[in-house]
Amino acid sequence: MSNCFKENSKIMDHFFRPRNMGVIENSDAMGEVGNPMCGDIMHIYLKIKDNIIKDIKFKTYGCAVAIASTSVLTELVKGKSLKEAEKISSKRIREVLGDMPVHKYHCTILAEQSLKSAIEDYRKKHD
Amino acid sequence: MKKIYLDYSATTPVDKRVVKAMKPYFSKFFGNASSLHSAGKLAQKALNDSREKIAQLIGINPEEIVFTSGGSEADNLALKGVVSGLDYPGQHIITSSIEHHAILNTAHFLEKQGVEVTYLPVDKSGLISPTELEKAIKPNTVLVSIMHANNEMGAIQPLKEVGEIVKKERIKRKNNNNNYPIYFHTDAVQTLGHIPFDVEDLGIDLFSVSAHKLYGPKGVGMLYLKNGIKIESLIHGGAHEKGRRASTENIPGIVGFAKALELAYQEMDEEGIRLTQMRDYLIDNILSKIKKSHLNGPSQKRLPNNINISIEGVEGEAMLIDLDYFGIYCSTGSACSSATLEPSHVLTAMKLPPEISHSSLRFSIGRWTKKKDLDYTIKRLILAVNRLRNISSIS
Repeated sequence: MSNCFKENSKIMDHFFRPRNMGVIENSDAMGEVGNPMCGDIMHIYLKIKDNIIKDIKFKTYGCAVAIASTSVLTELVKGKSLKEAEKISSKRIREVLGDMPVHKYHCTILAEQSLKSAIEDYRKKHD
Repeated sequence: MKKIYLDYSATTPVDKRVVKAMKPYFSKFFGNASSLHSAGKLAQKALNDSREKIAQLIGINPEEIVFTSGGSEADNLALKGVVSGLDYPGQHIITSSIEHHAILNTAHFLEKQGVEVTYLPVDKSGLISPTELEKAIKPNTVLVSIMHANNEMGAIQPLKEVGEIVKKERIKRKNNNNNYPIYFHTDAVQTLGHIPFDVEDLGIDLFSVSAHKLYGPKGVGMLYLKNGIKIESLIHGGAHEKGRRASTENIPGIVGFAKALELAYQEMDEEGIRLTQMRDYLIDNILSKIKKSHLNGPSQKRLPNNINISIEGVEGEAMLIDLDYFGIYCSTGSACSSATLEPSHVLTAMKLPPEISHSSLRFSIGRWTKKKDLDYTIKRLILAVNRLRNISSIS
């Protein structure tokens, strides 16, 4: 098994203690990526005020890295403006999570896309 | 923390009695079995004795054994060796869609060389249909390779029927003056030493085995090759293994293999009953205590040590990592765990929906599994499933 699943790794930390996990009932926007075929489904909920992400929550069906990626994503964007949040890349998520096998990169890409999908949903409703 | 190893189908620890038998052959009796001096003769004797012991246990002739580096090499030798050993144009082979990659990828390689390959489908419990096999046989079919039991979901294939179909085809060819031979190979890596295996009764011409699946060392296995079958060697060199596989023989490995098989045969009946009871205990507990959980593979014609389940709403690798953290080792057919990002070809061939394949876990029990290990596993699995279902976007 790869080192990324070592007890004290960031991935394991976020996998066992996911931040901002759950649903925002009266959210301002929701993003969704993935499908049962590919084995990862991520849901992102946003509460936005004056273009600032006031609250964010996630739900993920997927592997440990997929869960950790969405958890890290929520920490990275909470309190940021939509413009700043949009700049968060999958690479940034990988920097926080540390070493992982190349075949796990797609989990971080999906996490990036899930936020973008939520922001797009917000813009559709408010522009 | 206590470690609970439930991945015996991946590999097994070497039994201490096997280690003891192997030990003298590393530094004390280290000779090359091809050398003419006394040190070489000692190695030669160990090789001959091991070959005879294995042959006697299985009920085959010693010269019908070709020692290999393991199951994958034996599978490669069976398929490539038979095809290249036959001087017949337009050969066709039949295998199944749930074989180990050592068979499937060898078959794909042969396809590129111009060999025609038929991959038999399986039903929803993972079993091939003898009727489908009968229909797939052509006048130029030279090899039928069907695994004895599947490594992922434990389905024991109807080999007796396969053997009879092959025999029937042989008689038909004799009457039709068709001189293409037809052989029956089985990958017995998951079964030899675990469940009864009667070569004669099943009508088997070739079979593959690996020592490390039966408490022997890694790096050694064998191909059984019925007398009279000509194969081309994959490894050319010296005259080892009667020219069928060059390379200085792995004496400690072969000695260990023979000892491991001896122990496996001694303990098979009792161990089979013990494992079957524990297997069913684990299956019943998971299915009754975890909602929306399913057994993959057959409930009856199943390896005594295989438990393969899918738990809806939670991804397999996430469960595996959670259990690993608490010292429980198992495996999964989920795509996330494979570098190709494709779910298990076996579960896919059984037409399980992808979300069920992604949510699968395999526990394979063995010689040192105890009921209390299973109780702890059930407890930890329930906690893992509850935790991950709470995180999951699929309710």
